[in-house]
Amino acid sequence: MEETRVVLHKAGEIQPTSSREYEAAGGYAGLRKALADPDQIVDMIKASGLRGRGGAGFPTGLKMSFTKGASADKKYVVCNADEGEPGTNKDRVIMEEVPHRLIEGMVIAALGVGADQGYIYLRAEYPYVRTILEKALADARANGFLGRDILGSGFAFDIQLFIGAGAYVCGEETALLDSLEGKRGEPRVKPPYPGVAGLWGKPTLVNNVETLSNLPAIMEHGPEWFKSMGTEKFPGTKLFTLSGNVVNRGVYEFPVGITIRELFEVVGGGCPNGKRLYAIQTGGASGNIIPASLLDTPMDPESCAAAGATFGAGDLMFMDENCCLLDVLENLTEFFVKESCGKCCACREGNPQLLHLVQKFRHGTAQRGDLDLLVELGSAMTIGCLCGLGQAAPNPILSVVRFFPQVFTTSDAYAKEVS
Amino acid sequence: MLKVTIDGRPIEVSEGTTILEACQFLGIDVPTLCHLSQLSPEGSCRMCVVEVEGVRNLQISCATPCWDGMQVWTKSERVVSFRRLIIELLLANHDTDCFNCPATGSCKLYQYAMEYEVEGTRFVRFKTHHPKDESSEFFNYDPSKCILCRRCVRVCNNLQVNHTLSLKNRGPDTWVGLPFDKQFKDSNCVSCGNCVSVCPTGALTAKASKTFRSWEVTKTRTTCPYCGVGCQMDLLVKDGRVVGVEPAQGGANPGILCVKGKWAYHFIHHPDRLTTPLIRKDGELQPVSWDEALDYVAEGIQRIKEESGPDAIAGFASARATSEENYLFMKMMRAVVGTNNVDHCARL
Repeated sequence: MEETRVVLHKAGEIQPTSSREYEAAGGYAGLRKALADPDQIVDMIKASGLRGRGGAGFPTGLKMSFTKGASADKKYVVCNADEGEPGTNKDRVIMEEVPHRLIEGMVIAALGVGADQGYIYLRAEYPYVRTILEKALADARANGFLGRDILGSGFAFDIQLFIGAGAYVCGEETALLDSLEGKRGEPRVKPPYPGVAGLWGKPTLVNNVETLSNLPAIMEHGPEWFKSMGTEKFPGTKLFTLSGNVVNRGVYEFPVGITIRELFEVVGGGCPNGKRLYAIQTGGASGNIIPASLLDTPMDPESCAAAGATFGAGDLMFMDENCCLLDVLENLTEFFVKESCGKCCACREGNPQLLHLVQKFRHGTAQRGDLDLLVELGSAMTIGCLCGLGQAAPNPILSVVRFFPQVFTTSDAYAKEVS
Repeated sequence: MLKVTIDGRPIEVSEGTTILEACQFLGIDVPTLCHLSQLSPEGSCRMCVVEVEGVRNLQISCATPCWDGMQVWTKSERVVSFRRLIIELLLANHDTDCFNCPATGSCKLYQYAMEYEVEGTRFVRFKTHHPKDESSEFFNYDPSKCILCRRCVRVCNNLQVNHTLSLKNRGPDTWVGLPFDKQFKDSNCVSCGNCVSVCPTGALTAKASKTFRSWEVTKTRTTCPYCGVGCQMDLLVKDGRVVGVEPAQGGANPGILCVKGKWAYHFIHHPDRLTTPLIRKDGELQPVSWDEALDYVAEGIQRIKEESGPDAIAGFASARATSEENYLFMKMMRAVVGTNNVDHCARL
């Protein structure tokens, strides 16, 4: 099945860090168009219907308009490259293969909102990407795509690379900003939103790598072209990460709305060794786990929500018939216990209790009332935690309760699960 | 003005008013653990959540601004069951030996557990708390009573700006500690005691608070006598004796005091304290009435003025008097005595 490569256009075919090769392959054309009429940028992004690719799906043009409309002596564009969601590798591929597309996207964004300083917040676990980005940034600077006078337009913008300290929660944009300021990475109370008061209190546009990397093509080909791909409510393409028990693991770019079945059977090649597909975790470690019967769900936020799946950042982790969901839940919840920042009570105290309850089922010591308590606590966290980490942490558990209740309700659940 | 309805009661508030503030205008009680009105919202305790019509998640009332047409429910079933769950989660790792806790009677966790009829917790204890620190001369720190509301950390860093208390580790291992894991006595702590004043539980308690329960004391609002700033404070009085001091919200002090105002109240009942004026008679200091003392001073000033002129007299005021008192003293020296020889101990 042929990929639709917009963000990954020419990826793998050019020398990643070379702006000359990127330009020869059609790169920086979007920036040149944007420089011709900077006032139109935000309107064009709005018209394209582009939505954030980091998981929340917020309309990018609207987000940009907040920062554009805020009056301040300094504005920032921050690229969220803290790709910490287990099962997501898409931003890494973009930064490894076509880093100049991200740089181009950031310059366009900065031009659109009136920022003169950019940061790429790169997760510490991507040291090899750091080297590539450093080279690409130096190359862009040397060739006039960054600096005091970009392509002779008089527009000044530069990007600084910042390496995170290994915290999952710093993928949350306000925690990311605190970390960037040198503080503990903890989510802030909103409002104010970063668009108005972000980095060091200044208006700040925070966008995901993939989101920013969509801007050059929208500038070059226009909003109508962009809207011709994907779904009406979520236009464009999406990078999907296939992992787990699937033959062709990897990152693939397809129009939004492709079904999970197409991604699993045609692109992924099914489960290895002819095993039967049992469950799929959608949207990353904090996403819902759904049964194989929902394979025909299209991968777009609306269809996913209707079916009980999670679109998230487009991750699909496949689990075959040998998989024990209680093991999976224990592993995932341990992750959230470790990654909770500890600021809000519901997440800090709630996740260890979720883990304890899951472990009781896993060890066969669960008692009457434990399932009710698990659901009560998990549901409460989804509506009452401070940030997305705590709100989403119970998703895997609650979706397994919904779609695979037998995992919990059969007394010898664990024995039956392990074939 | 914004029109808001809270629990069915309409109210008009100005732009920027939080739901919590609107509730306070209406006299609707909303439980808070981390909120401090003198600091920006923290949003960490999740106790003040309310339900906002049309919004999926519960909203923290301390940080959510009102909008026009907003409908708020502060005691819906979802809200109450969430608050109960938060109390249960906190109780799971809280040392509930309340009988021996100096904060019994003033503990907000205890109060809310009673109010929300939480008699115990369905959750397990998983924390091993750090050891107590009783090294400070004035207060004790017991991490097993800490609910991580962070009030102490924020007051220490953002109001006192002393940076003694900070958060250590993260997630469930988070605790409030000192730089390099030192004890209070070996740290840069200035013993201002503001962390103790804002602690909602028995984690940070005055050493002296072991001698009384909150229901045994009456509070008397007064002005701190130590300097001219004029901090407002409440004296805690039990059986006619001052047993503690709590800062009040004053024009000059946003709910904080310094080491002297907070802790140095023992002189009040000290046997050596002067409680009447003394005049030396026959080589001995003897207690006299205020009238006699003032007459004595007035006569002395008059006599010197007649004998040697007003510039033979000088006045020296105290920084422990208020600005107003110092102003009056200056006025008296210049206008009544007729000299410019007036100075003040703080002008060093």
